[in-house]
Amino acid sequence: MARSTSKDAQDLFRALWSAYSATPTNLKIIDLYVMFAVFTALIQVVYMALVGSFPFNSFLSGVLSCVGTAVLAVCLRIQVNKENKEFKDLAPERAFADFVLCNLVLHLVIMNFLG
Amino acid sequence: MARNLAAFLVLFLALSICEAAKIFEPISDLHRSAALELLTPVDGLDASLEETYEALRVFDILAIEKKPEGSTTTCQKVLDNLESSSPPKDLFYALKVNSLLKCWVNEEVFETIASRLKATINDASTLLDIYYSIGSLVLIKDQASNVDVLLADADGTFHSIKVLSQGDGRWRYSSNNPDSSTYAAGLALEALAGVVSLAASEVDQSRINTVKNDILKLFDSIEKYDDGSFYFGEKIVSTSEHQSSLSTTASVVRGLTKFAAVFSGKLNLPGDKILGLAKFFLGIGIPGDAKDFFNQVESLAFLESNRVSIPLILSLPATVYSLTQKDQLKVRVNTVLGSAAPPLTVKLVRAFSTDAKDLAITESKELQYEPKNGLHVLDLFSKNMDVGNYVFVFEMVLKDSDSSSDFTTGGQIHVPIYITGVIKVGNAEIAVLDSDLGSIETQKALDFAGNGIVSLSANHLQKLRLSFQLTTPYGRAFKPQQAFLKLRHETKVEHVFVVESTGDKFEIILDFLGLVEKLFYLTGRYDIELTVGDSVMENSFLRPLGHVELDLPVAPEKASRPPPPPVCPYSRYGPKPEITHVFRAHEKRPPQNLSLTFLSLTLLPFIGFLVGLLRIGVNLKNFPSATVPATYASLFHIGIAAVLLLYVLFWLKLDLFTTLKTLGFLGAILLFFGHRILAHLASTSAKLKSA
Repeated sequence: MARSTSKDAQDLFRALWSAYSATPTNLKIIDLYVMFAVFTALIQVVYMALVGSFPFNSFLSGVLSCVGTAVLAVCLRIQVNKENKEFKDLAPERAFADFVLCNLVLHLVIMNFLG
Repeated sequence: MARNLAAFLVLFLALSICEAAKIFEPISDLHRSAALELLTPVDGLDASLEETYEALRVFDILAIEKKPEGSTTTCQKVLDNLESSSPPKDLFYALKVNSLLKCWVNEEVFETIASRLKATINDASTLLDIYYSIGSLVLIKDQASNVDVLLADADGTFHSIKVLSQGDGRWRYSSNNPDSSTYAAGLALEALAGVVSLAASEVDQSRINTVKNDILKLFDSIEKYDDGSFYFGEKIVSTSEHQSSLSTTASVVRGLTKFAAVFSGKLNLPGDKILGLAKFFLGIGIPGDAKDFFNQVESLAFLESNRVSIPLILSLPATVYSLTQKDQLKVRVNTVLGSAAPPLTVKLVRAFSTDAKDLAITESKELQYEPKNGLHVLDLFSKNMDVGNYVFVFEMVLKDSDSSSDFTTGGQIHVPIYITGVIKVGNAEIAVLDSDLGSIETQKALDFAGNGIVSLSANHLQKLRLSFQLTTPYGRAFKPQQAFLKLRHETKVEHVFVVESTGDKFEIILDFLGLVEKLFYLTGRYDIELTVGDSVMENSFLRPLGHVELDLPVAPEKASRPPPPPVCPYSRYGPKPEITHVFRAHEKRPPQNLSLTFLSLTLLPFIGFLVGLLRIGVNLKNFPSATVPATYASLFHIGIAAVLLLYVLFWLKLDLFTTLKTLGFLGAILLFFGHRILAHLASTSAKLKSA
């Protein structure tokens, strides 16, 4: 029973992976970028849990920088995805320009908050 | 109590001010050392000839053996001045310096100057020009006997000075200057004296007599201080040539003595005014200014050897005498510069106590002259001369009656003298009395010689009596300026009582029943302190007598509270306690290794991201290959990098305003290039789609 469960899970993951492999490369890059941002934020949270939150604004700016850029990247992914009919008329270049602008504004605020 | 004290103090001060008859000291070694200190820098090259002359002249008068180190350079300066055609004032001071330094000057130089000066005198219209020219000629006459300096038209020159004189004995500086000045009068007199001495033929006696009248009129305007000193004040205050009363008086004294020296007659000026002038110069002490110092010393030197009357100064080495030491009264008579006076006798005309001015204490006595120390002494102390403040009246009589008209002694001289002594305290006792009967409960004798301490106890129905007698060395009753009894409670509350004298006995009775209110109903131990003091009492004392245990009734509700203890003035004006700043403790920081580890850990996702990119097979093939879009693309990326770098700089050191300004500039560039490259990419992809 247990074996079959793990085997099922393996099958499931393999199916998921093969299905994901069909995703266009540019979306994969965005996914990778989101993963990178989220893991960086996680490491900072772990660090804070270990040593305390003394320069709290530094911690906040560090985590929010990661989370913020991840959220922006997710938005970019939504807009760039061809399957998404809602943003069909929106050129991916326009979406990228938005992404760059929002990131610049976000990081200006983050730097101001970093202290 | 406080009012009593204040009134007492005012009375005492008023008395001491009234008694302040000033004693004038002649010039002493103090002046010499002050001169060395004050006038030494004149050797420097930057000192003018006038300053150099003043310093040299002071050293000369005070007989200070000091060769100026820069005398060769000063001589050089003198020669430069004499050989060039300097104005009369510079010539005048150069010649003055030369008269003291005796530099070697060619006679031809003197002759050139003399002829030039004579021409100046004939043309001169202002007093100063004539004064400096005449003065220079007189100096040349003394320094080079062969040079012809005599004035052919002495009467004319005399007249040209005399026309500037005013009705009140003062002079004008020039004919078109209406202000008359006392300082100018001094200059004019000196110039007139010069004219008389330079005259080729005798100056008309009537002219000299008019000048004598001018001098007498000038002395009518002399001003006086309360201490008997006379001085000349300058009336002009508006003009630039205003002089202080010291330099004005010095100028008049110089002119007067020089003028008195050149004619044969005698100038009838009152001797007390000449003495008053000497007192004025002596009264300023040791001036701190070189010019004032010169004026003082030079004027005193002129007064010392003048032909009108030479002032003699009576001074006392000490004005405080002690009965215990049986000092002799010592009096010194000098001329103003401190040299010995002619043979004379000093008489003590009378002496009186300041308390009883009419009562003369001694008859007229003559002081003995001691030639070995130049003092006139008197064995002063008799039964009459007890402790106290006195005024002694002295008179000087010259032995040689012929010379008495040459000197002025100032008549009777009043000098305050203080005689001190040890006051004997006797019959001192302290007692506690019963109030109703007046019977003595405790009585203790006090011994002020020893350190005996009494301890008493009393209640509010009793009285405390303190009595003592004060007698002078000659057995008279003595009334000191201060006699206070002080009671001090344990809580530092103090009460001061004046001990009154009744006849020859001092007695104070403290009735505690009447004093309970004043003592604030404070029961407990009171320290007793007695103060007896006077300026002529050598053994003034403030000593604790002991203590009394007072048992007073309990204070009623509305009784006044004792005053708060006085704040110590030292604590009020003294240094405040130092402020220690408490800083916030630093937050606890994690170990450095842990932080560095997590720094490297945060890099791991980034490496993972890069590895992931490689696995996916990302490439830059889509980067535009044509030149223009490639430039745009590169500039776009460089722009983003620049903005990120700006953010790092903002974090490290820039402020928000600088950052925003730069960001606006970078943002505009980025917007332009971003738009161009993205539009290019969009059009390319649109073409691909349509294809």
